[in-house]
Amino acid sequence: MISIWKKVVMGLTGLFLISFLVVHCGINSLIFLNDGGKTFEAAGHFMGTNPVIRIMEIGLVIGFLIHIIDGFVLWYQNTKARPQKYKAKGGSANSTWYSRSMGLLGTLLLLFLILHTADFWIPNRANQFTTGHELPLFERMKNIFSQPLWVVLYVLGCISLFWHLLHGFRSAFQSLGINHSKYNPIIKIAGTGFAIICPFVFAMMPITMFFGWIK
Amino acid sequence: MSAGNMNLTLKVWRQKNTHSEGKLVTYPISGISPDMSFLEMIDVLNEELINKGQEPVAFDHDCREGICGMCSMYINGRAHGPKRAITTCQLHMRSFKDGDTIVIEPWKAKSFPIIKDLVVDRTAFDRIIAKGGYISVNTGSVKDANNIPIPKDKVDEALEAAACIGCGACVATCVNSSAMLFVSAKISQLALLPQGQPERNSRVLSMVEQMDHEGFGNCTNTGACEVECPKEISLENIARMNREFVMASLTKKKKKNTGGGAG
Repeated sequence: MISIWKKVVMGLTGLFLISFLVVHCGINSLIFLNDGGKTFEAAGHFMGTNPVIRIMEIGLVIGFLIHIIDGFVLWYQNTKARPQKYKAKGGSANSTWYSRSMGLLGTLLLLFLILHTADFWIPNRANQFTTGHELPLFERMKNIFSQPLWVVLYVLGCISLFWHLLHGFRSAFQSLGINHSKYNPIIKIAGTGFAIICPFVFAMMPITMFFGWIK
Repeated sequence: MSAGNMNLTLKVWRQKNTHSEGKLVTYPISGISPDMSFLEMIDVLNEELINKGQEPVAFDHDCREGICGMCSMYINGRAHGPKRAITTCQLHMRSFKDGDTIVIEPWKAKSFPIIKDLVVDRTAFDRIIAKGGYISVNTGSVKDANNIPIPKDKVDEALEAAACIGCGACVATCVNSSAMLFVSAKISQLALLPQGQPERNSRVLSMVEQMDHEGFGNCTNTGACEVECPKEISLENIARMNREFVMASLTKKKKKNTGGGAG
């Protein structure tokens, strides 16, 4: 595939996954209502049973797969484009480390994604498929986030997400050809804001549950 | 040139030819003036090597005033050394301190094979230009000024893109060895002007195809190229190339066999 198509696909799927993060983060934030997970589980029930959402879920899985595969292709080809590395490195003078490490950050996120879907999404959908009933997700969250190791792993996942978004949000617009002095400041502010707020809210979920602040 | 008193340790990449192994060789050098350009310092080193009966360091250079783009040196991990918006010949020894160790490497990328020492083969760029980085119609004699109205901001952008000297610092500095800043500048300078319109779509398609064919990496928008470019070519050009390429690909029609010619 032509290099520019690879960028465009990366940018489009990236923005699509960002839109998923908005929904995911919004619904999960309902636990902060501290009503024993009632509102959260009602929203979860809607998302897990509504046919339109379930069809969109297939699109989401495909979006994830394309973004991941395209990422690995980029990483592989780009590594091959410089077989012999420089002895002296001065990259920090001209670019940020996280923009140069999207492959690494993406791989960390993939490992987190495997852990995370194995905790919630896969067992829940499997249970729906076999018994027709959803799992009590709020209780499941409380159980999983009572383990210190899991809290640490989830917070590390959120930190990787922060760095990945900090470059990825803005980069997506550049890849789609949107680079204009009139709009660049707002893209930068929105990108940085989203990269901070979204992973922070996510990270607060295991932390608040671990300390028992969410009943 | 006044004799100076800077003492330096140079670590220079020495490589016999494309197929041999290269390595950094250490050369102490003394009596360097802070007013010397970096290339003059290499001249001094080479003179010493020749006097000692050793082989001088091969390096590219031509105009020595920042417009030819030949002096490709990767100095202390940065294309053209520590300063911004200059070529190696415009870098002066006052940018270093007495006693410094300076590592000098050639551009390193699969698409820029090393010919010898610090000299690399950048003909990949020529082959990309040959795929459409020009206007193939005869423009005839000189027209009246302002015969073709062009908005001032478009002229400015086109001229800024046209400032690219094809030095390859963008490729050398890019973590992915991507040539997108170079190619986008060559596409932009023509896409912005009326004279470039007839071949606008075919140009971007074939130049991008050739860029990939040469084995340059994929751009991931780190922005390092823009920082290290001696002519400060903007990343806006890469965004423009992305737009141009997508539009040209999506609107490309299948070739019709419609005869034509005289008749």
